[in-house]
Amino acid sequence: MRLDILKALNTERAARRAAVVVTHQESGAQRLITQDKVAADPLKEVLEAHLRSGKSGVEETAEGRVFLTVHVPPPRLVITGAVHISQALAPIAALLGYDVTIVDPRTAFASVERFPGVKVIAEWPDKALPPLGIDRYTAFVALTHDPKIDDPALLHALERDCFYIGALGSKKTHARRLERLKSQGVSDEQLARIHAPIGLPIGAISPPEIAVAIMGEVTSRLRLTAEGRR
Amino acid sequence: MDTLATDTDILKAAEDWKAAGRGVALATVVETWGSAPRPVGSNLVIDDQGNFLGSVSGGCVEGAVVTEALDVIESGKPKTLEFGVADETAWKVGLSCGGTIRVFVEKVE
Repeated sequence: MRLDILKALNTERAARRAAVVVTHQESGAQRLITQDKVAADPLKEVLEAHLRSGKSGVEETAEGRVFLTVHVPPPRLVITGAVHISQALAPIAALLGYDVTIVDPRTAFASVERFPGVKVIAEWPDKALPPLGIDRYTAFVALTHDPKIDDPALLHALERDCFYIGALGSKKTHARRLERLKSQGVSDEQLARIHAPIGLPIGAISPPEIAVAIMGEVTSRLRLTAEGRR
Repeated sequence: MDTLATDTDILKAAEDWKAAGRGVALATVVETWGSAPRPVGSNLVIDDQGNFLGSVSGGCVEGAVVTEALDVIESGKPKTLEFGVADETAWKVGLSCGGTIRVFVEKVE
């Protein structure tokens, strides 16, 4: 790989932008396709398919046999609620490779002592979330049970097209939440994107078990196609 | 979405090692058949002293890839390596999982 390609690729990755390296198997010739260059590339269709799936692989194309190395940003997890579940969720998610951020304006909850080594922001979501650059490579989980904190954060997560959006609460709590969000103009299609009750149904009771159920569900959204999840 | 957080560090290491004046090769898993321990796109970075970071298998063939990478750093010519149960070299280096992988090794220059 040419050093300039490698440098440009690392710049894209640092900025959390997707990119593909196209390598000709025979000659070893290479080019880097950044997100903004996909539409103008002769291999547009193939590139788009690979970016959607996030998978690298070999393709027979008009240019010959090429290998596509697909680079999509590492996933992030943003949580509202520096609660008991978050104390288990943050280390489990970190182990799975997620960059974790917790947002909770209640300073008694959002303390460094309760979350050693985790990025905790003691601010309201409307202030804390926009600078985070939440994107479709981010999972968002609302855990405070407080509509004043969770609702605006959920609206932001929907707007930013997070690949996973989950909210803690019983079916009843969630029904009330849906009504509130609907009255703020969110479509049914958008609302259906919120996973609630949160997590895979594994009979989780303790906070760490609930954390496992949540990360199981997040992983399935990340790794499985729509058919695979059925 | 296929994201492996650790791969970020590997490609950054490749850039940093090169900037530090070391000879560097990058190995990438380009194809797998059967049960392969690391997915397509996984990287291993190797320097001219045989230091390496990352993985292209569960540790079974890294030694062989490093040896070939030293060749690639010297010649500058990319190589495609194949490891699998049906392969002669596999008996030596062994993909214990029974899968087959193809690894592209190229010099960073």
